[in-house]
Amino acid sequence: MTAAETGAGDLLRIEGVTKAYPGVVANSDVSFAIAEGEVHALLGENGAGKSTLVKMIYGLVKPDAGRMIWRGAPFAPSQPSAARASGIAMVFQHFSLFEALNVAENVALGMETPPPMRELAARIRAVSEEYGLPLDPSRMVGDLSAGERQRVEIIRCLLQSPKLLIMDEPTSVLTPQEVEILFQTLRQLRSEGTSILYISHKLEEIRTLCDRATVLRRGKVVGACIPRDSTAREMAEMMVGATLTPPERRATEKGEVALGVSDLSVASPIPFGTSLKAISFTVARGEVLGIAGVAGNGQDELLLALNGELRVAPDRVRIHGKPVGDLGPTDRRRAGLVSAPEERLGHAAAPNMTLTENALLSGAVRQGLTARGFIDWRGTEAFAEKIIESFDVRTPGTHVAARALSGGNLQKFVVGRELLQSPEVIVINQPTWGVDAAAAAAIRQAILDCAAGGAAVVVISQDLDELLEIADSFAALNEGRLTKPRPVQGLTIDEIGLMMGGAHGMEVAHHAG
Amino acid sequence: MFGGIDPALLIASLMVASVPILLAATGELVVEKAGVLNLGVEGMMIMGAVCGFITAVVTGSPALGFLGGAAGGAGLSLLFALLTQVMQANQVASGLALTLFGLGLSSLLGQGYVGIKPPHTGAVPFGPLADIPFFGRVIFGHDPLVYLSVLAVAAVWIFLRNARGGLILRAVGESHEAAHALGYKVRRIRVLAILFGGAMAGLGGAYISLVRVPQWTDGITAGAGWIALAIVVFASWRPWRVLLGAWLFGGITVLQLNLQAAGSGIPVEYLSMSPYLITILVLVIMSSGRGRAALNAPASLGQNFHAAR
Amino acid sequence: MLKLEKRPSPSVFWGRATPVLAVALTMMAGSLMFAALGKNPFEAIRTIFWDPLFGEFAWYLRGQLLVKAGPLILIAVGLSLGFRAGIWNIGAEGQYIMGAICGAAVGLAAYPTESWLIFPVMVLAGAFGGWVWAMIPAILKTRFNTNEILVSLMLVYVAETVLAMASTGFLRNPDGAGFPGSRNFSSYPAAANPELIAGTGLHWGGVAALGAVVAAYVLLQRHILGFQIKLAGQAPRAARFAGVSPKRLVVMCLGIAGALAGLAGMFEVTGPAGQISIDFNSNYGFTAIIVAFLGRLNPVGILFAGLLMALTYIGGEMASTNLGLPSAAIQAFQGMLLFFLLACDLLTNFRIVPARKEVR
Repeated sequence: MTAAETGAGDLLRIEGVTKAYPGVVANSDVSFAIAEGEVHALLGENGAGKSTLVKMIYGLVKPDAGRMIWRGAPFAPSQPSAARASGIAMVFQHFSLFEALNVAENVALGMETPPPMRELAARIRAVSEEYGLPLDPSRMVGDLSAGERQRVEIIRCLLQSPKLLIMDEPTSVLTPQEVEILFQTLRQLRSEGTSILYISHKLEEIRTLCDRATVLRRGKVVGACIPRDSTAREMAEMMVGATLTPPERRATEKGEVALGVSDLSVASPIPFGTSLKAISFTVARGEVLGIAGVAGNGQDELLLALNGELRVAPDRVRIHGKPVGDLGPTDRRRAGLVSAPEERLGHAAAPNMTLTENALLSGAVRQGLTARGFIDWRGTEAFAEKIIESFDVRTPGTHVAARALSGGNLQKFVVGRELLQSPEVIVINQPTWGVDAAAAAAIRQAILDCAAGGAAVVVISQDLDELLEIADSFAALNEGRLTKPRPVQGLTIDEIGLMMGGAHGMEVAHHAG
Repeated sequence: MFGGIDPALLIASLMVASVPILLAATGELVVEKAGVLNLGVEGMMIMGAVCGFITAVVTGSPALGFLGGAAGGAGLSLLFALLTQVMQANQVASGLALTLFGLGLSSLLGQGYVGIKPPHTGAVPFGPLADIPFFGRVIFGHDPLVYLSVLAVAAVWIFLRNARGGLILRAVGESHEAAHALGYKVRRIRVLAILFGGAMAGLGGAYISLVRVPQWTDGITAGAGWIALAIVVFASWRPWRVLLGAWLFGGITVLQLNLQAAGSGIPVEYLSMSPYLITILVLVIMSSGRGRAALNAPASLGQNFHAAR
Repeated sequence: MLKLEKRPSPSVFWGRATPVLAVALTMMAGSLMFAALGKNPFEAIRTIFWDPLFGEFAWYLRGQLLVKAGPLILIAVGLSLGFRAGIWNIGAEGQYIMGAICGAAVGLAAYPTESWLIFPVMVLAGAFGGWVWAMIPAILKTRFNTNEILVSLMLVYVAETVLAMASTGFLRNPDGAGFPGSRNFSSYPAAANPELIAGTGLHWGGVAALGAVVAAYVLLQRHILGFQIKLAGQAPRAARFAGVSPKRLVVMCLGIAGALAGLAGMFEVTGPAGQISIDFNSNYGFTAIIVAFLGRLNPVGILFAGLLMALTYIGGEMASTNLGLPSAAIQAFQGMLLFFLLACDLLTNFRIVPARKEVR
């Protein structure tokens, strides 16, 4: 047998791996191999099964069928510590840092046998300098920016000198400049012989960084390519399985100002949150204002301050010139403002309640679903049905619990619920987060249609491509401050990056690397 | 109004009075640090009180009695662990159930033991040290549990601060999702913490029935478990402040008892409700000021964890 | 090995079936406990659950059922609203006592005046007493973010002390030869709460309990406030998004629960108990917590749960006199019921499936 057949040159081979969850097959007969010292991309839409696959490699989930071969020997990690012992490290997209613990403690938790704290702190400093990732070991993680938090995770991995580093959507929390620095770090690692499994759905990134790519769709491998030799369009079609048309936008006349925010400052109600500092902007009828920013720079707080969950002085927020800053969500809805928060389950919708009840949740006021406090259940159900129909929400009916819907379907329901209330001002945070491409396109189109119909729209998003696609004007949130909105036309990616806060003081540090 | 109250005796007896709540609160602190809210402290204490009492009376050994008390409290807490960690039941409701069940079961078990005197728990023999004026009585005249309770605070403090196990415990209490993602056994860690909390509460309960009172009556703990819970909040989840809180509370209890005995002008009823009123007052002070105490609470406190995927 | 799998939607069937299953399991576990106490378990179960309804003295005991169930239901309905909203008022016992003291105090102040106005004013005073006592944790919670669980519970001990003061001091019967306890309301018709229909045990407290069940049912099913209560309990952040003010909800839920508990206390002390005495309260405020959960925090469920719990009280007394079963056994039995109920609730939200064989 040749080396290729036995897989001797490969660091990790995945062979026919299958994993099913109730009602959904996350991975079906997935096979591919990662070579020593390569950056291998795992490309796929949200829900394509990328996360499940890497959880199997990391020992968090056990496959139902199939096998993995690590450096020529069968490999079945029973838990993450076993994977770590073999030389696999992972940088998570979410959920792996402890806000109330400091950097060194967080790093120690990811190691099997951490050295004493003082020694560990010294090693963190050394590694962070070597790879151009400045970090203070004694700082509380809750006080760090999203980019800095990612550095904690990366350093935690690097301290174990891994053979394979798994990175799950690492750039979603970074500014363009920070992405560039991250890529330098990853290239440095590759040159030292470390393999990297790079999970993303961002095509341009993969083209710049990765040596090979495996494409997943609905749990199956649908193709492989050399990203440098493929166009973004080819890869996109492999990933989505269809050709997508970008949303269509009609030219609309900007009307009078519908939403005005002036000098809005408010402390964050969220632990370790970001306070808003002197935010001012206006949005006219028919205008879409896109607000960019790296996660954790005040996006959640801005939404709360706009939709009334966070109250401020009356004249800080005006709808059609009327001061509404001191009004709560119900009264602001009455004044014409609807909103869709980022977190679908738990904030925008109650997980255990039915779709009908969730339709009532924010629709009661503008849809007139109550009379003297008594609920018109029939009318509410009709409203829920209308949302399901207009937004193509896939559900057995209005009686199912919100938590039973897939992420994309629930997002369509939540966005539809707000957009169907004939709003005058719309505020949406992350309208297409974790939604597949077809649903995302539908949601963007619906937002544009509302704007064309005369609504003023604020879209807060971390997806720059999305904002450039639908926004008329563009501003960025950085540490609770908002830049002056500028017309989207003529903006370069570098300018956008600088608006988002550049690289948060990292430029100098990377000259060594 | 303090005439006739000997300060050395007052301090010595406040140390004794604070032992039950100190033990129980130290245990609960560990439980809450692991992200679990066990409101069943009162139930576990009273189970400890009755089990400890019975064991001591039957064996004639106070030491075995304390062990029995710890076992009784831990046994009841195992039920709580089963409900919340395996059956995914609501922690608040399960804690209440624990208390209601513990009160009933303890009075059932203790039926034949009303009016009996338990074996005497002796003081630690410190020899000549006990004869030092003032300090001899304040510091060197107590039974082993008084010292054990202070040592327990120190041990918990060191464990949470410096030990790897303590770091993992805090991590689980901060974010069970993250701890799970790193491969820590969230449920196992929480069950162990719950058992420790149960044993400590049971020990505290046994101290009430074996030393503090010492006899068995129904409802003997009289809210001590709830006060222990309040002290954890008062302490903002810091071990040494638990000690401070317990001593403060012990001081108030002893003082009001002394005032009652000394026949001060204050009506007995006002004195006997004072510990509860002061607890409320302290809770108010600690939790106001923009929720400062709450800021220190473990972030996943009271939430159940189910590893979905 | 078995493992848990979260259901996509909560099961409606198990939502209804769990209380029944829990009762059955408790009977089984209870039998073991009775057997361990040296009693014939079948006889014990029959004495507790069957005899009060169909046995020799059923004609009398059936009436007792409403007497005991009334206050339990009244308190539990109030508590269930708060529990649904995630507001844990566990000091209903204290609110119950304070309602009784306030109601009785108004009546005794009017003694011996005869007027039809006296009783309605006492009812208001009773509700007011419980409401005020519940407002303490409510205001401390909304103003200072103080934990309502601990405060409401501490206030039980304070209320018990006040009760002791009342029965030995300010409400003591001046003609009572110095014995503790107030005047007996049965000898003061204008302030008494008599049996309305002879032999049924139904007094105004029972009527109020039924009214509370109906009102709570309508509130939860049809009114936006009921929806907000459910929403706040299930998804607090979604509730804030919907425009629910958490503070208002705390005040409403604690206020309703306190007023209903106060009413229960007032009806009890003027009716079945007859007078303020140091131990008239018989732990209804705590047992009502079990009733509320056993009824799955649903008003109609609470109605049945209250009757069942009343049955265990009466049957327990019977078993105590006839079989010598210790009265504490029945308390443990009730606690056990809550345990099984919480454990069985698992089936509503989870499915138990055999763990798939892992392939390595």
